Amino acid sequence: MELQLTDAERAFRDEVRAWLEAQLSGRFAHLRGRGGPGDEHYAIEDRLEWGRVMGAAGYNCIAYPKAHGGRGATLTEEVVFNEEYVAAGGPGRIGHIGETLLGPTLIHFGDAAQQERFLPKIVSGEEIWCQGYSEPEAGSDLANLQTKARLVGDEWVLEGQKVWTSMAPWADWCFVLARTDPDAPKHKGISYLLVPMKQPGITIAPIEQITGGAEFAEVFFEGAKTRKELVVGGVNHGWKVAMGTLAFERGGSTLGQQHLFQNELDRVIAAAKRNGAGKDPVLRQRLADAAIRLKIMRLNAMRMLADQSAELSREALISKLYWSHWHRDFGELAMDVLGAESELAESAPYELTAAQKAFLFARSDTIYAGSSQIQRNLIAERGLGLPREPNR
Amino acid sequence: MELTLTDDQQELRRGARRFLAAESSPDKVDAAMKTERGYDPATWQRICEELGWPALTIPEAYEGIGLGPRELYPLMEEMGRHVACAPFFSTVCLGVNALLCAGTEAQKQAHLPAIAAGERTATVAYTEPSGRWDASAIKATATRHGDGYVLRGHKRYVLDGHSADLLVVAARAPGSTGENGVSLFVVPATTAGVTRTWLPTMDQTRKQADVVLDGVRVPADAVMGEPGAGWAPLARTLALAVTALAAEQVGGAEACLELAVEYAKVRKQFGRPIGSFQAIKHKCADMLLLVESARSAALYASLLAAEAVEALGAGGPSAGASAAFAEAASSAKAYCSEAYFHCAGESIQIHGGIGFTWEHPAHLYFKRARSSQTLLGSPAYHRERVASLMDL
Repeated sequence: MELQLTDAERAFRDEVRAWLEAQLSGRFAHLRGRGGPGDEHYAIEDRLEWGRVMGAAGYNCIAYPKAHGGRGATLTEEVVFNEEYVAAGGPGRIGHIGETLLGPTLIHFGDAAQQERFLPKIVSGEEIWCQGYSEPEAGSDLANLQTKARLVGDEWVLEGQKVWTSMAPWADWCFVLARTDPDAPKHKGISYLLVPMKQPGITIAPIEQITGGAEFAEVFFEGAKTRKELVVGGVNHGWKVAMGTLAFERGGSTLGQQHLFQNELDRVIAAAKRNGAGKDPVLRQRLADAAIRLKIMRLNAMRMLADQSAELSREALISKLYWSHWHRDFGELAMDVLGAESELAESAPYELTAAQKAFLFARSDTIYAGSSQIQRNLIAERGLGLPREPNR
Repeated sequence: MELTLTDDQQELRRGARRFLAAESSPDKVDAAMKTERGYDPATWQRICEELGWPALTIPEAYEGIGLGPRELYPLMEEMGRHVACAPFFSTVCLGVNALLCAGTEAQKQAHLPAIAAGERTATVAYTEPSGRWDASAIKATATRHGDGYVLRGHKRYVLDGHSADLLVVAARAPGSTGENGVSLFVVPATTAGVTRTWLPTMDQTRKQADVVLDGVRVPADAVMGEPGAGWAPLARTLALAVTALAAEQVGGAEACLELAVEYAKVRKQFGRPIGSFQAIKHKCADMLLLVESARSAALYASLLAAEAVEALGAGGPSAGASAAFAEAASSAKAYCSEAYFHCAGESIQIHGGIGFTWEHPAHLYFKRARSSQTLLGSPAYHRERVASLMDL
């Protein structure tokens, strides 16, 4: 099912398509299709440069209001852009955490000084952000975070540890949830701080993950400092800000993601036709099932996009649970289709094939950004009105 | 093309829900399903006269209302939601569609106005004791005899075959195989040589019959369309029926979810509503995901069904459009069948002991879900069709 576009939207699509085609044919050609999940280490410097070139051409943060450096793109335009980006093989974007998480938070909760200081450099691709949320004792139970920040003179001083921080080695800044009132109840007393990464009080320890890569890191704060005024949304109001951030995702990237999945599925279908797995009755069933479910993922997204009036539609609520499980099942299917060949890596010492990366990385899909169990709680409580756990 | 219901469709849904909540209550379903006919004639009369449902998809030229699969969609959801006992599916989704897809002008004139007026019911008799759903199911023969034909064979699993006034019978030229040589015939149920026997079923809400054709003589003008070219219009009829069935499954699945959620909110064990336990919540969340995804699949199929029906007047849909519709219909049937069955099973589990009783409607849904899974082809059958369309 295709998006229905107006003439103006079609013109925008053509403009984006032409620009991406030109840019990804020249000095950035080697970035095509690279740098996604499981491949985050690829050509970091070139991808940072790519982000700046995107910014100079006005293609970062297109959904931001014009006053904040964006284009004020509609949801449809955002969807169109992301689809074109994926279709063109646009590389994984190192600046996406700043663009999709911090930027909208600053636009909504930040003060004018914070907006003026930070938004232009997110839009231009000059500053990279990472997220300091999870901790060893604060995963799904995020409000259990223990990192502390104390005000000393004009500065916050941070002590604690974050974990699973993507992009940490390349980030200029981190938005950190830290406890600023140790005596307040769990969800109170947390502040949302903006902390420069390149300073002596911060140590980054990459975490080698299941794929052998290290896209996440531990971040240790030992007397790390940031200026007093770099609190977003007011001291001790960080929980509200962090939860608000979750609501900004309006689904603009969802079709682009499905395009990526479609590319992955197409490659496996091609492999199945090549190696005869497509004639195996059980694998035929599973391949058809994967194709059917991916189409439904797209239809769900189309309904979600058509239904922006609702505060949080049912289609939006189920989105994460749906796609993460689709992708996980897909990874297993890819291995089964490839059969004996599925074991052979690309090269030594441990360079994996795209299918192997998808298969392994998909195990994180059902964990990060709200595990499947947390997603089901949210669906049941917000979507169906079932009662919360008594002790929460 | 929009995956949202228009105001008119919403209104149809509300009207159907009002009527069926009163006239298809669990008590009334229980009474109707225990009869051999399988429905209450007085209620059916009201459906025909007050609501005009059998006329819904019949063109105005044949004294119908002139709407199509899009408007049928909400009606089917509601019939599923209330496990309606009526000869609607057999008459409208099979009979009317067969007449629209295959019938000659004279046949449409002869039968559609009577169906629209509620004076005649109909069904399609193509399946046989083999239990297959594809063209190879058809073993019954049509032998030329004078100006007409003689039909011989044994039809089985014919929906409402014992009560329908009009049978659309599929039979093949002696010696032909597969999709070749199949013809469709309009056969009044009272024709000499037709013996119809009700078959008791586990799902009592959907009646089936044996139809034995013992040298049934029909005139030449009983043939629907081109002799020997009946499979293509029959396949289109079945795709339309499958699309309607998928919508019915969505309604049934959603009813199961709602019953389970309502119960989980009020049933207390260990001093708290069982719906506050994650074990129950997560089941309900999974059901919601299935219901909304099934709805996306079925709605989309109904849109393509509408396009296919609109193209009938203009010489039929293009090959590409036909394949897209066939794939959408089979995808919807595969997904919605499993979604409904899963929800019906989970509803019993969440209800506990009461869900296992005859008194509670959970068994109506469970049995309807089971019979619908098989009807017109199992999920595996339809996935195989999708696999073929993917050129696997």
